[in-house]
Amino acid sequence: MGTAVTTLIKDSPPDAPKTRPGPPAAVKRRGRRENLAGYLFMSPWIAGFLLLTAGPMAASLYFAFTDYNLFDSPKWIGFDNFTKMLDDPRWQKSVEVTAKYVVIGTPLKLLLALGVALLLAQSRRGQAFYRAAFYAPSLIGASVSVGFVWRALFSDDAVVDRTQSFFGWDVGGWVGNPDWVLYSLVALTVWQFGAPMVIFLAGLKQVPKELYEAAEVDGAGPFKRFWSITLPMISPVLFFNVLLETIHSFQIFGSAYVVSNASCGPADSTLVYTCYLYQKGFKEAQMGFASAMAWMLLLAVALVTAVLFWSQKRWVHYEEASR
Amino acid sequence: MSTTTTPSPPSTTSPTTPRKSLDVGRRRTGSLAWHLGALIVLAVVLYPVAWVLGASFKPSREIIGSLQLFPTSPILQNFKGLADGIADISIATFFENSLFYALGSVVGILISCSLTAYAFARIRFAGRNLMFSLMIGTLLLPYHVLLIPQYVMFQKMELINTYVPLLIGKYLATEAFFVFLMVQFMRNLPKELDEAARLDGCGHLRIYWSIVLPLCRPALITSAIFTFINAWNDFMGPLIYLNEPGKYTVSLGMMMFRDQEGVANYGGMIAMSLVALLPVLAFFLAFQRYLIDGMATSGLKG
Repeated sequence: MGTAVTTLIKDSPPDAPKTRPGPPAAVKRRGRRENLAGYLFMSPWIAGFLLLTAGPMAASLYFAFTDYNLFDSPKWIGFDNFTKMLDDPRWQKSVEVTAKYVVIGTPLKLLLALGVALLLAQSRRGQAFYRAAFYAPSLIGASVSVGFVWRALFSDDAVVDRTQSFFGWDVGGWVGNPDWVLYSLVALTVWQFGAPMVIFLAGLKQVPKELYEAAEVDGAGPFKRFWSITLPMISPVLFFNVLLETIHSFQIFGSAYVVSNASCGPADSTLVYTCYLYQKGFKEAQMGFASAMAWMLLLAVALVTAVLFWSQKRWVHYEEASR
Repeated sequence: MSTTTTPSPPSTTSPTTPRKSLDVGRRRTGSLAWHLGALIVLAVVLYPVAWVLGASFKPSREIIGSLQLFPTSPILQNFKGLADGIADISIATFFENSLFYALGSVVGILISCSLTAYAFARIRFAGRNLMFSLMIGTLLLPYHVLLIPQYVMFQKMELINTYVPLLIGKYLATEAFFVFLMVQFMRNLPKELDEAARLDGCGHLRIYWSIVLPLCRPALITSAIFTFINAWNDFMGPLIYLNEPGKYTVSLGMMMFRDQEGVANYGGMIAMSLVALLPVLAFFLAFQRYLIDGMATSGLKG
């Protein structure tokens, strides 16, 4: 709001209209009216940004350097939260669990999404049906219901365990086994490949057919065509999917919480980062520590985002707007 | 906005006719393989949904162990049991709460995001580009950075255990995804419409209300459905802010099921899971085109 007001004031020195000839003043008045209209229309967003985003971010940064239990006022402790965090075995565990989840789950999900999109793009008949059916899990995947279903499907003696045991590899169900439970969460996110798939499909539709025809004339095989036409042409969409899916999977909470029966276990094996943050902040009322954790998450996400944007130059091809 | 049904592209087969019959044969086996591949993916994708449907008609003790997808003698007991509610609270209460939260969110998103999007797409004001970048930035910001300070703030305002913390953001356009979606849509509307209306003496409010909003219906519908589903599925928000069972949404009520009844009433839990999914599935079946188109556009032009 502050900036809005200052711009308005700067734009209208009180005596300016008198010293200037007609048209510019009218233009200026119109610009001023546009500014005012703009800020009025934007006012819910501006209020929301200050009250629910910028303000809380500043507060969170402050809390990160304090000892704060919500009832006594925050006590400044410098970098203690951060040093404590780095020495905390459970924090280390949560980083490890989350990193594993992101590094395994995201590429699998995107590969499947791309693969199925390439498959669907080959034919128009039935495409709409399959596209809709494959997209459905993305809508319900975040629900507690699906969390319960997952817990049931991956528990001891249930369908996944029986199938696995049939091949002589009995691990006693994934949800009860600390070495396996995280993969049930990976399976859950991969199951939701439909959302990135829809985006890939839309990207594939925009690739000009002539390119393939020309390549075919030149004798390029399917692999070559994929590598030198499809991939570069959909690279902006690929970039978008990689960015969003990576950022989202860093923030996994609900499915880990529900599938692990609210324990983020067994033995902390599904203690994803946000689950530990939740426990620290809302179970142990260590708001300072939890805020410091949140900022570490933000730094990690910012770092990944920066690396992705930096790498963009090397592999993402934006077409010049030709139309 | 991508149109859903583009006319089939001009035939790509070259005019050399001798190859044609061979092509048709190859195409038929190709199409068979295509459907086979798609059907395999479909089976895996739909299995959990079919499973919950079948399991909700099985007795509790058979749910985990039985490999049969649908029971030979289905029972209704699990659903009848839901009528007793969870820990003395009627299931209907949870549904009312979820419905209130979801509809309240829809109204907020439609108003606040469309106003913001209109300003970004149709008004030239100082600082617009900066604000647009900030808005896109919040799209990438992990929500968890805001979690603790927002909780502290609402706690100081004594708004814990109310729906205000859950709803207020929706009325203040904090969901950047929907603002972005609407901006993309509004930018594609012809500028001449505004100019004509302006010559007729219409202000921005009139243009927004009587010209832009009606033309934005597809984007508004997409946003409304996504918002409804997100609120319906929301788990973390209610978990943090609501602490009185009578105010719980369906998601939280279900977690109580787990605490109160444990393994004994597994059938009830699975039946409840199915019932909780129904509104989302119904929305999906009714509006899947809007949802998929909305999703598809979010990735393009990004």
